[in-house]
Amino acid sequence: MNVSPLGIAAAALAAPVPAQRCPVGSGQVLGACRLAWEQGGQLAALWASDERDRDRGFLLRVLLVDGEGFTLLEHTLPDGEARYPDLSPIFPAANRMQRAVFDLLGLQCDADDQRPWLWQAAWPIDAFPLRRDFQASPKWEPGEEHYPFVRVAGDGVHEIPVGPVHAGIIEPGHFRFQVVGEKVLRLEERLGYVHKGIEKRFETMALAQGHRLAGRVSGDSAVAYAWAYAQAAEAIAGLAVPPRALALRGLCLERERIANHLGDLGYLGNDGGFAFGLSQFSRLKEDVLRANVRAFGHRLLMDVVVPGGVANDLDAETAAALHRQAEDLAREVRRLRSIYDEHAGLQDRFRTCGQAPHELALKLGLTGLAARASGVARDLRCDFPSPPYDALDVRLATRDTGDVAARVAVRFDELLESLRLTRTLLERLPEGDVAVPYPAATREHSALGAVEGWRGPVIVALDAGADGTIRRCHPHDPSWQNWPVLEHAVIGNIVADFPLINKSFNLSYSGHDL
Amino acid sequence: MLQLLRQIARTGIKTEPRPEPAAEARELGRLQGEILRTLGRALTIRQVDAGSCNGCELEIHALGNPYYNLEGLGIKFVASPRHADMLLVTGPVSKHMAIALKRTYEATPDPKLVVAVGDCGCTGGVFGESYASCGRVGNVIPVDVAIPGCPPTPVALLRGILAAVSAPARERSPVPPSREAPA
Repeated sequence: MNVSPLGIAAAALAAPVPAQRCPVGSGQVLGACRLAWEQGGQLAALWASDERDRDRGFLLRVLLVDGEGFTLLEHTLPDGEARYPDLSPIFPAANRMQRAVFDLLGLQCDADDQRPWLWQAAWPIDAFPLRRDFQASPKWEPGEEHYPFVRVAGDGVHEIPVGPVHAGIIEPGHFRFQVVGEKVLRLEERLGYVHKGIEKRFETMALAQGHRLAGRVSGDSAVAYAWAYAQAAEAIAGLAVPPRALALRGLCLERERIANHLGDLGYLGNDGGFAFGLSQFSRLKEDVLRANVRAFGHRLLMDVVVPGGVANDLDAETAAALHRQAEDLAREVRRLRSIYDEHAGLQDRFRTCGQAPHELALKLGLTGLAARASGVARDLRCDFPSPPYDALDVRLATRDTGDVAARVAVRFDELLESLRLTRTLLERLPEGDVAVPYPAATREHSALGAVEGWRGPVIVALDAGADGTIRRCHPHDPSWQNWPVLEHAVIGNIVADFPLINKSFNLSYSGHDL
Repeated sequence: MLQLLRQIARTGIKTEPRPEPAAEARELGRLQGEILRTLGRALTIRQVDAGSCNGCELEIHALGNPYYNLEGLGIKFVASPRHADMLLVTGPVSKHMAIALKRTYEATPDPKLVVAVGDCGCTGGVFGESYASCGRVGNVIPVDVAIPGCPPTPVALLRGILAAVSAPARERSPVPPSREAPA
């Protein structure tokens, strides 16, 4: 983003992607966001930190992204009473992020919507966990919370509350449907049930250990988070990672994408009434997970990516087996795709169901896989390819109908592309070490990591304290942007289609609730 | 349709021992037999995610794939705790899920079994206890069996489910007095 029209000075931000940081005054935050929007930018993340121990009050950070890279706006608030402008008129996705900033840090913005977002009365409303002087008390009893859901009035309108304990094996969250007959008039989400204090936990850890927690922010994206974390930690230490480690990270990230897309394609078939799809795709997914154990020692590839490299090397025989598996899988997936495509009943469920039109996707800042299915051609692997992606020429998968069918089609395209990428990575695997030691002491510094996970861009913003400790770590899941779009995508659909629509987005609760 | 039938025929039955590390395949076969004998083909499970990272859920899902074929063993995941013999709970229990978990426990008819899943369910794991986390499942409801692992493999899950249904005397993990188990 070109910030020169605002007269702001930009400095480089340590990151493996193009990134700059700009200090902005209170009068400039909105202007900078408006300028970003006009230049085709989107809100990537929004968080804050307590800097009072450094006599700098609080620091609000707004991360923007456009075709040129990331821009981090840094806005200093002198104390906890200071307010900052509401960004949601420009970027609607800011609404929940701003509310979360209040819940965790007590910083208020000038928005009409002052409802809590992550807070559910488990701790006092005037205690803010991410403030440095926060002291948790064992005496706190969970209170009753009365969240003001928006209700629809009128003849024949009724309400269906769902969750937090759902009927299936899924994460907890609460959904309020306002319904007439079978038709959904409105859906309102209430999340935060799996808030378990991840960001506060990071602050007790050393930089060299944070990858374990990062890999468990959202278990289905273990590689993406651990890699984004490692990128930031390595940028702080000025560490160069060996090419073989980067290639193996790429291999793991693509295998994570393959496993998740296989799982989702199975469940999408199942939710469309086609159980055959679930048994076929879950069989293929299990094959991938079992090969992961043999190659990397963990089915979900947790703790494989570490700051400085990767934890395991790959021998030639295992590499050849993974290559063969990718070839076999591609053949099987093509066959199953043809069965899905020709199944009239399934296509009838998929097409025009749960639409997120292109304009809406842009307005709400939809991101990742779901955005590509609504014609938003963005993928960090293509837009800002860092090694090993700079040598892979990733083919972007997009559709423009924004319905369940489009999200299924993008998954099929990406699955086959990832299988191709893993084959290429294995064929060109560089020789050499797979890790360099991470230094025990680093400078006080800030850095950014950004990785295109299977769901979308996973961002980790990291501030290092003295002596190699984590001062602040904010992991950002693409689900923040995409949950609100789900509320729109279900409008006008029937209640019975909600599981299918929900699955087609397959958003993370844990990654969002933190 | 022909294509579909051909694919079914080509796939065959996958529930037989696979070209696996041999020890693991044997373990799987033995467990399946024992579960069948103990349960006589009927165990219903209500799974509750009480705060997990969703890694455990991925492995619980895997139990349903053709390799482990949980439903083929007569074990079924049900939509309501009122239909369940067993709660399979992943943790750590977030403070925000503690009430929902207790209510789910109360809604499950006696006699009931509780299996805590994963390192977080067993100890609080990497998240521990904090302003937002109650830690292990046993801190909130009584637990019969805890299955460690991050996440536990499907075979470890099967082994834990078997341990819960075949335990002769219920030795439940103690619940701290501050959080009394619901009657």
